[in-house]
Amino acid sequence: MSKDKSEYLINRKDNQYEVVIGLEVHAQVTSESKLFSTSSTKFGAEPNTQVSLVDAALPGMLPVINEYCVKQAIKTGIGLKAKINKRSVFDRKNYFYADLPQGYQISQFKDPIVGEGKVILDMPDGQKEVGIERLHLEQDAGKSIHDLDPKNTFVDLNRSGVALMEIVSKPDLRSPDEVNAYVKKLRSIMRYLGTCDGNMQEGSLRADVNVSVRKKGTKEFGTRCEIKNVNSIKFMQMAIEYEANRQVDLIEDGRSIDQETRLFDTKKNETRSMRSKEDAHDYRYFPDPDLLPLEVSEDFIEKLKLEIPELPDEKKKRFIEKFKLSPYEATILVSDNETSNYFENVIKKSDVKLATNWIIGELFAALNEKNLEITESPISAGNLSKLINLIKDGTISGKIAKIVFENMMEGDKDPKKIVEEKGLKQESDPKALEALIDKVIDDNREKATEYKKGKVKLFGFFVGQVMKVSGGKANPQLVNEILKKKL
Amino acid sequence: MSDITKQSLSELIKNIKDKKLSSTEVTKAFVERSEKSKELNAYVTEDFSAAIDKAKKFDENPNLNLKLPGIPMAVKDLFCTKNVKTTAGSKILNNFTPTYESTVTQNIWNEGAILLGKLNCDEFAMGSSNETSFFGCVQNPIDKDLVPGGSSGGSSSAVAAQLTPITIGTDTGGSIRQPASFTGIVGLKPTYGSCSRYGIVAFASSLDQAGPMAQNVRDCALLHEVISSYDEKDSTSIDFKRNNYFKELTNNIKGKKIGIPKEYRVDGMPKEIEDLWKKGIDYVKDCGAEIIDISLPHTNYALPTYYIVAPAEASSNLARYDGVKYGFRADGENLIDMYEKTRSEGFGAEVQRRIMIGTYVLSSGYYDAYYLKAQKVRKLIKNDFDEAYKKVDAILTPSTPSSAFKIGEKTNDPVSMYLNDIFTVPVNLAGLPGISIPAGHDAKGYPLGLQIIGKAFDEQNLLNIAYAMEEKINFKNKITDWWIK
Repeated sequence: MSKDKSEYLINRKDNQYEVVIGLEVHAQVTSESKLFSTSSTKFGAEPNTQVSLVDAALPGMLPVINEYCVKQAIKTGIGLKAKINKRSVFDRKNYFYADLPQGYQISQFKDPIVGEGKVILDMPDGQKEVGIERLHLEQDAGKSIHDLDPKNTFVDLNRSGVALMEIVSKPDLRSPDEVNAYVKKLRSIMRYLGTCDGNMQEGSLRADVNVSVRKKGTKEFGTRCEIKNVNSIKFMQMAIEYEANRQVDLIEDGRSIDQETRLFDTKKNETRSMRSKEDAHDYRYFPDPDLLPLEVSEDFIEKLKLEIPELPDEKKKRFIEKFKLSPYEATILVSDNETSNYFENVIKKSDVKLATNWIIGELFAALNEKNLEITESPISAGNLSKLINLIKDGTISGKIAKIVFENMMEGDKDPKKIVEEKGLKQESDPKALEALIDKVIDDNREKATEYKKGKVKLFGFFVGQVMKVSGGKANPQLVNEILKKKL
Repeated sequence: MSDITKQSLSELIKNIKDKKLSSTEVTKAFVERSEKSKELNAYVTEDFSAAIDKAKKFDENPNLNLKLPGIPMAVKDLFCTKNVKTTAGSKILNNFTPTYESTVTQNIWNEGAILLGKLNCDEFAMGSSNETSFFGCVQNPIDKDLVPGGSSGGSSSAVAAQLTPITIGTDTGGSIRQPASFTGIVGLKPTYGSCSRYGIVAFASSLDQAGPMAQNVRDCALLHEVISSYDEKDSTSIDFKRNNYFKELTNNIKGKKIGIPKEYRVDGMPKEIEDLWKKGIDYVKDCGAEIIDISLPHTNYALPTYYIVAPAEASSNLARYDGVKYGFRADGENLIDMYEKTRSEGFGAEVQRRIMIGTYVLSSGYYDAYYLKAQKVRKLIKNDFDEAYKKVDAILTPSTPSSAFKIGEKTNDPVSMYLNDIFTVPVNLAGLPGISIPAGHDAKGYPLGLQIIGKAFDEQNLLNIAYAMEEKINFKNKITDWWIK
């Protein structure tokens, strides 16, 4: 079976271990204001400048739910093909910490706003479905800053009360690669929906990673460890790799795994115990009496469904069916909304096949080199479309097009202008080409004689010479035709 | 007029409107009497000179169309008042001055009233005698060394002693009605959701409700009309059509059906209370209403249910007082040590007791047996009332199982203290309105109150019944001004 080839297994002596992974992704809801207050959520503001009386938990202050955040969570649920719960409840999760002003986090415990759903991953050896257990809304805490002063801790409450969606997967993931694909797919869906910007540098997307191992073929899950608050896909993969191997080593040593919460040290590339199960907090969850249960009507949900754009899976299907793209090409082009929009803009007026190749090939490589997003591309979709049409109508060759493309990357210039200014237009005048070819044959008399005697391999040499003399501008098809006649 | 402070709110308003009295005269009269009454310890914070300034300003350009034109008023120190210290009767908030105003007090100032000061109360409103206040016990003007009830003890004492013409308290399990009963005044606990909780220091969020305390039912109706409003800042505030409670007040209650719940005839109830209740039934009949025997079968479970639900919510609500952001902070070796010292020194014994009970009943392993079960019983208690209200318009009970007791008498017996709320607590659990009106005196001459419980949002009917009964009862409070030298 081809599937076995890509299976991620950890080998020790005679044993093979499978890794079981579940993710709790914390995604910041895209919203101007916080979950229960009107303070701004803008990133990067001066500490404690975006804190309302509610966020700082002053006496007598009460939370009021932000309807927009509720809509965003429901939209995300729809995007995850999940059950939307018409009645959900906000609970208090009680614990003391300096950056938690209320002394509790408002979250959803027993009755989340979104129930079971699924995400489809496109893996090299086919599709894989990952189950979603639930999605719930909760408040973020503030930030404790320990490194500004040797003795004191500083607290910034700008994040306090910012809306998060916690998206809990089922333990369906089996490898770091699948985790990579899962987080990317989740991010892609939320970005299509406009419900989370997925910006990991700014902490908009973080995850707690649950890892366990089991001997290949066993059904029961092993004891899991939870790696807290990992903030990049790369670190998630590294943490899983380290943690899975650590657990396997323990089992191979005949020792047992303790269920615990661990931290990933990105500098040392290792996970470390944070607290054991015995030390686990008793959060004393109970329904927040300041908030009534959240009830949404069928009508409310139906209206939101109308706002859902075409999502990656559907778009991929359409690209394959309508534009005859390969699944590979389609997957790449739909990975984010901006890329697929760019693609669709380019092909409005130009050839699909060429556009696909140019975007996936040249454009992505060039953007990658300059570390730019597609939205920051120096080449607009319109100009790339023009370039492709110049190739298609024979104005320039593919080779020349690469030169034009490089020029376009330096600034959003019209490719036609570049071709004109630099005199890169393809030479397709038979008379001019004949003169050129005559000169090349004349200059290489001996080789021409050898060719005529039967050394046909030399044909390529003549084509090359003609192209060289023309500065690459000669129309290759015409050169072939004329050369054949002349030789 | 030398007897300004003896006037009811309605009289004061009439005199100000008729320009027979200025706001300054009225305010000064209450300030002077308050100054002479320090022994009652009713105030935590006096704001007298600011009050007189505000009164003068009012008089310069009096707006006599307001409902409380230039009326001075002291309020319970649980309401956050902008730029005036708000302590909740606790050391932990002894240095706390809000930058914001509670919705209820804002409604009052918007109608022209003037803040006199902040009134003493049990710490975080946890108590039935005002003895848990960090700022000391409050004297009941009825007699020396008598508790004024609680938690709104400063409020009840101040109204009964005429230090303020009227006031507001808060009621989580009886904290308006019980002190009203102990001091011979009227106290209304409105329907849950009628008055905004925004800006009121929280005790138990699902039970807390602000309400008026007054010398008579008319004054009470007027103040209720001012404070009851829908507020988007409180998610539990309810947008229902509110009456003009004062204007619509009538003593015509002919044909109303009043229920008498047999379960309120508790074991060991003093004969005086039993007799008072019987008298109450006669008054109601005199008014032309009909008496119907009813049953509220789960009444017995109300007190234990309350003492699970209220501390559970309180344990979480009071977590914010941690010394980090505002309020009292004790020095500590590290964060945890600072928390422990701050909260051990900042909270009094009763508050700590309730935080511990609340933490316990929410703990994993105990949650189902306590908190969850209490919530189920709470539903049953509410169902009892729903059933009863299919047959009656209101329910009549005693307000408390006894008259006021002496300071210190029950301090070491929390359960006997908790029993004080036995008749009032079910009303909070069911979210209903309840009013206590003075109805007589016991053998010692101490006032006793009767409670009328209404249907949700039916404050008008409740006030009407109280108004009609008040006329028949014709209660006179026996206050000798013993504390004024």
